[in-house]
Amino acid sequence: MTLTSKTAVELQALLQNGEATVKEITEETLQVIEQTDKKINAFIHVATDEANARAEQLDQAAADTRGRLFGVPIGIKDNIVTLNMTTTCASKMLENFVPVYNATVMNKLEAAGAVNVGKLNMDEFAMGSTTETSYFGNTLNPWNTDYVPGGSSGGSAAAVAAGEVPLSLGSDTGGSVRQPAAFCGIVGMKPTYGRVSRFGLTAFASSLDQIGTLSRTVEDNALLLSVIAGEDDNDSSSSAKPVPDYTQALTGDIKGLKVAVPTAYLGEGVDEEVATAVKEALRVLESLGAVCEEVELPHIQYAPTTYYVISSSEAQSNLSRFDGLRYGYHTENAENLEQAYFRTRQEGFGEEVKKRIIFGTYAMSADHHEDLYVRAQKVRTLIAQDFNEVFEKYDVVIGPTAATTAFKLGETGGDQLVHYANDVLAVPANLTGRPALSVPCGFVNELPVGMQIMGKHFDEETLYKVAHAYEQATDFHKRTPSIQEGN
Amino acid sequence: MTTFSTDDVKYFADFVRIGVSEEDKEIFSAKIADLIESVSNLKDVDVTGVEPMTHPIAMINVLREDQPKDILDREIMLASAEDQEDGSIKVPDIL
Repeated sequence: MTLTSKTAVELQALLQNGEATVKEITEETLQVIEQTDKKINAFIHVATDEANARAEQLDQAAADTRGRLFGVPIGIKDNIVTLNMTTTCASKMLENFVPVYNATVMNKLEAAGAVNVGKLNMDEFAMGSTTETSYFGNTLNPWNTDYVPGGSSGGSAAAVAAGEVPLSLGSDTGGSVRQPAAFCGIVGMKPTYGRVSRFGLTAFASSLDQIGTLSRTVEDNALLLSVIAGEDDNDSSSSAKPVPDYTQALTGDIKGLKVAVPTAYLGEGVDEEVATAVKEALRVLESLGAVCEEVELPHIQYAPTTYYVISSSEAQSNLSRFDGLRYGYHTENAENLEQAYFRTRQEGFGEEVKKRIIFGTYAMSADHHEDLYVRAQKVRTLIAQDFNEVFEKYDVVIGPTAATTAFKLGETGGDQLVHYANDVLAVPANLTGRPALSVPCGFVNELPVGMQIMGKHFDEETLYKVAHAYEQATDFHKRTPSIQEGN
Repeated sequence: MTTFSTDDVKYFADFVRIGVSEEDKEIFSAKIADLIESVSNLKDVDVTGVEPMTHPIAMINVLREDQPKDILDREIMLASAEDQEDGSIKVPDIL
């Protein structure tokens, strides 16, 4: 067994017992990335020099100063700013952008002793669900390289699944941590809105964005969230609620847990074999003492379009900051300031990004603002109320994370019905600000299936408890893609 | 069938300072018309008396004293700008 196939918790034990040094772990990680990433393109930038220097520094640190992620390699989605390390958002617009400060999560990881080994691929500005809109080429799914890893945090999920790193950070605006985690057979958590500081996360849609955690096991995920969560003076939307040690929630006891299963979550557009895998998972939870019941969510069918209007409207405002003057791509063909703006943004942004900005501008314009943007915000209220009612009676809401397994490259998930079903599953957690986690629950044609567990605001502990109990009762998390053995 | 003409593309792209080629106009005209069509289902929802939701979590404003503090040196903040002069960002002619 190689060092890089170990979990963060296992690596910590080796370091604690003096059976490995940070330098050894880091060097082997960098070697594996060099070999494996030729096949999957999960990294935009591998931070070889910085990681090696950091490892030497950590090995010399006194034992009593070790943090909770001491010596653990981690990869970072490339929309989270890293001091003196390129942060591209997978866009030509930021191809050579080197931030002059760290995101709050980066400072927390550093204080905990983690080793940042590089920046991970994604859809451009996190707009997409396949990682195919990246300016730096698409990432491939480690389980089958004819398939996408999902997105937008496709690099973050593929790197963890392929055994390049045990942990990574992603961001989730409409499923962008959970869906790639499901497609790549790993654990992905989108915490409650405000649980993790967004300072230094490049904004896409500010009322939906949240940094999330990816790992191969539930325990590793709980550990990582414990480190990065918490209030931040630099993010006034971050919550002052105390951060529990989420690893303490992994008791295995889910007796009496009340599970709601929305009928729409296993209905039209959801692949039959995916639905079967999730139903099997529900039976496992019942065997552990959970009580599962079907529920209706009257406005759920409007979630995808509500999300699309709100996210595009917020994006057109957030992406106005990219002007090519203060930082980022700068056109060479401008005779005056007006031309500099127009050409920089025409040449620097990709097609999907421009489409959403123009659509968002339409939705926010005087003629359509009330009918589209404000109306979408009102429908958002109704969707949130539906979930509030369900959560008065139930502890968690469960369904598939995605309607299908991973899409084939270039096929973006088939027909409109499937797209719609995917969004119905993905976006409610963002619209309602609720935490949601994806945990592996089966395979269809050798591609992973994820079960999604959504919870009460700031009740990540219950999600981890349920996911851990399920994980310990099943073997899906023990399977690894053959790419990990160098095939 | 919803339409979003090539002129509409130019009209809205101008607001957000995005240059569009003739080819871009055709592409975005078709794609955004599809989008507008698909989001029209929001009109089916009765939203009478419903308050718009601007934030997913109920929050109150966070206030603090407005005190200046050192953050970063001017040189560091200017390091990423394409063109600079005398401690300021240089831009193309504006007239």
